[in-house]
Amino acid sequence: MMNNSLVMYDEDYRKLLAIIQRLVQDATAKGVFLVDTNGQMVADAGEMEGIDTTSLASLTAGNIAASSGLAKIIGEEEFPTHFHQGQRDNLFITLVANRIILVVVFDERSSLGLVRLRVKKAGVQVAQIFEEIRKKAEQEQASGGGSPFSEITDDDIDNLFSE
Amino acid sequence: MSFINYSAREINCKIVYYGPGLCGKTTNLQFIYNRTNPEVKGKMISLATETERTLFFDFLPLALGEIRGFKTRFHLYTVPGQVFYDASRKLILKGVDGVVFVADSQVERMEANMESLDNLRVNLAEQGYDLDKIPFVMQYNKRDVPNAAPLDELRKLLNPTDSIPDFEACATKGTGVFETLKSSAKMILKDLRSMSR
Repeated sequence: MMNNSLVMYDEDYRKLLAIIQRLVQDATAKGVFLVDTNGQMVADAGEMEGIDTTSLASLTAGNIAASSGLAKIIGEEEFPTHFHQGQRDNLFITLVANRIILVVVFDERSSLGLVRLRVKKAGVQVAQIFEEIRKKAEQEQASGGGSPFSEITDDDIDNLFSE
Repeated sequence: MSFINYSAREINCKIVYYGPGLCGKTTNLQFIYNRTNPEVKGKMISLATETERTLFFDFLPLALGEIRGFKTRFHLYTVPGQVFYDASRKLILKGVDGVVFVADSQVERMEANMESLDNLRVNLAEQGYDLDKIPFVMQYNKRDVPNAAPLDELRKLLNPTDSIPDFEACATKGTGVFETLKSSAKMILKDLRSMSR
């Protein structure tokens, strides 16, 4: 089934948040973001308050999708890690389990080596949580329930568009 | 593919505006951006060339309100319409929940419309989607130009079985823009409901 949703429950979200909060500390990062490959922001942690996370998510996913296309053109399966060096801040981007993108923003307080090392460990943990989410979704699909959409009416939808 | 987040109580969906080059996809998004309240919209991103042709995509996040305590957010994307940007178009269709096809009403663009519609079907199929099964809305844009083809002719070519909701539009003035968007968003929500039952 192609169009099944990514459903994230509070419990999974808290686990992911704990992992990226720890990564912020361990990697001495300014911020860590988890982005779905389709461009949705899943979770964020760190000191980057006020940043436009929606745009960040969309552009990160576009970036990863474009690099993945490039990889295939030259016969590579994927470019799973990306590093962008700025004047003050740097970006380290990793594709985890072909499904989720881990973005780390860091400055001179940290280093590429440290970030790379810490991301490796956190990436494995994130992949595990997403595997659990995938299994849960499969079970729910089999039992035929769980989505908040099953209860909504035509009126609910129409009301959304009433002027 | 929608993203339902119980923790933030949010539902996120993706709408892609497709169509031939210069048909008005970006203009649709610009009109929506200009006419929505600041609290409803996020920043609009346009990855365009120096001549303002879409290079990769335009992106506009919109919050439409709440359904049963869940905030509904729609992420609107356009694809680059020019034929040679096909690799980029494929990428943007990833995870799509609904498609709006913006057709150019000008008689001389009929072939480009048909070609783009075929291209949409092929590119969706590559991602495992069937155009006949996903929420799909047709917009006949540029109805105000003097060389616009008659509506019947457009329908015969682009919506022959009359099975797709279709709208006449003039995106520069905004006519039909919100009607198209609402129709697409409603179809997506109904589709999500039917899949969850």
